Amino acid sequence: MTRPHFSFLSLLRQAFLGEKALAPHWPARPPKPAYDVIIIGGGGHGLATAYYLAALHGVRNVAVLERGWIGGGNTGRNTTIIRSNYLMEESEALYEHAVRLWEDLSQTLNYNVMYSPRGVLMLAHTDHDEHVFKRHVHANRLAGIDNEWLSLAEAKAYCPPLNTGPDLRYPVRGAALQRRGGVARHDAVAWGYARAAAALGVDIIQNCEVTAIRRGADGAVSGVETSRGPIAAKKIGVVAAGHTSVVMAMAGVRMPLESYPLQALVSEPVKPIFPCVVMSNTIHAYISQSDKGELVIGAGTDSYVSYSQRGGIHIITEALAAICELFPIFRRMRMLRSWGGIVDVTPDRSPIIGLTPVPGLFVNCGWGTGGFKATPGSGHVFAHTIATGTPHPIAAPFALSRFREGRFIDEAAAAAVAH
Amino acid sequence: MLLIPCPYCGPRPELEFAYGGEAHRPRPADPAALSDEAWAAFLYERANPKGRHRERWRHVHGCGQFFNVLRDTVTDAILAAYPVGAPPQELNAGRERQERGA
Ligand SMILES: Cc1cc2nc3c(=O)[nH]c(=O)nc-3n(C[C@H](O)[C@H](O)[C@H](O)COP(=O)(O)OP(=O)(O)OC[C@H]3O[C@@H](n4cnc5c(N)ncnc54)[C@H](O)[C@@H]3O)c2cc1C
Ligand SMILES: [Zn+2]
Repeated sequence: MTRPHFSFLSLLRQAFLGEKALAPHWPARPPKPAYDVIIIGGGGHGLATAYYLAALHGVRNVAVLERGWIGGGNTGRNTTIIRSNYLMEESEALYEHAVRLWEDLSQTLNYNVMYSPRGVLMLAHTDHDEHVFKRHVHANRLAGIDNEWLSLAEAKAYCPPLNTGPDLRYPVRGAALQRRGGVARHDAVAWGYARAAAALGVDIIQNCEVTAIRRGADGAVSGVETSRGPIAAKKIGVVAAGHTSVVMAMAGVRMPLESYPLQALVSEPVKPIFPCVVMSNTIHAYISQSDKGELVIGAGTDSYVSYSQRGGIHIITEALAAICELFPIFRRMRMLRSWGGIVDVTPDRSPIIGLTPVPGLFVNCGWGTGGFKATPGSGHVFAHTIATGTPHPIAAPFALSRFREGRFIDEAAAAAVAH
Repeated sequence: MLLIPCPYCGPRPELEFAYGGEAHRPRPADPAALSDEAWAAFLYERANPKGRHRERWRHVHGCGQFFNVLRDTVTDAILAAYPVGAPPQELNAGRERQERGA
């Protein structure tokens, strides 16, 4: 199959042909009996891993096994906020690596992922918020990452719909702004990586649930059992987000993870009104406007472990109450849909990337409420880790062994919430 | 929102409670003797099951008592609530009741 190259001319041509000549983005091949590498989980991180394995490491005999449809997990359910202004040096390196890859990802994949660096404004409502954000600004400046403190008037100028008056329960006092932060189109990220990986020989296998991990006499992995039969491989990468504990249990590994529902919702579409991304960790609301015109709103997690993919109604009610206070102009808008994803949360709110106690088994998980932004960087460093058998330098601090060694990357204490 | 059956007050809305994570995790009897692996396992590893989960709740805005709950993490159905100190609820407790749709 020849993959169409997307360009202005090819799109124009398709428009005249009524898009009849559009070929499938990737072929639906049945699984082969064996691969060099199996990736469990067809979310953005798994697909990006497969793409970089093939594109940068020459490892092309790769299958991505997805129990549902690709991008149907958290990748297709998230509010797509992208930023790199984290506090810890290890996190700064990881998320900044990703932001740099986002910048020309559409060109790299020849697929428009609609990366839009429109600025992420993080609101400070309390004295504590102000101290924490200024500390982030200074830490980021030392690391060469853009992040700046805006006064109340400057925040209002950057985001005119923002209510900067004194009538809020927690009035806004200022904000941190990362201008290179923004959003991207989540589905396009999954499809773009899948299409580019498939063109290099990677098999994208949907409706294929992994039900067991097989191990040889030496303890090393030898393959998986799936709903579409057994498949052999000497290297397996688990990239299963909220289901990581379940998949790792198949290899007898207990994880420092808890899975929680996290919800989001969208409004009816309206004309462009909202210029940037606004986040408030303190009153728990996140908002941006999609190119279709919908307001995309993120809420908090439920307090308890669950795999139900739906959260409590009081969680989204509270998020909407916060949005209505911050942006009174949205008070009469109607919400169209709400949904939940299952996010895998670590004790220090930083991801786990690297080797496991089982030879041949690698894991990339624990991205919790904020891993979409890291998709390209995560796939890039995880592919290196799988291909070479040693952690990529940026991934090394995020090893599973850090919990035994007490070397936390404590973004939990730094931000309390991470999107 | 969950409707949580406090063993002391009866069914109350989730907002009155605080979640306390996986239940039945006794502190190691002799902490000084523990290996780093065992410490990490005690402090950070969790069962996080897709299915039945024994977990701790506290009725913070009610009687203030701690108690344990058996809940299915796929359906969020609460199958049993029992006082702290009572033996761990069997993971298949209430299965019959749920299957009958009660
Ligand atoms: C409501 C919500 C809002 C969010 N907002 C943001 C945000 O604004 N910014 C941000 O950076 N992050 C955000 N996140 C987090 C972000 O979505 C995730 O961290 C990220 O998408 C994880 O990508 P992934 O590829 O690892 O996981 P997923 O996309 O969940 O992919 C994992 C895949 O594994 C598959 N799988 C599981 N078990 C098996 C099995 N046994 N066999 C085969 N396949 C299996 C699943 O079906 C799934 O498709 C949000 C998440 C949610 C839920
Ligand atoms: Zn009570």
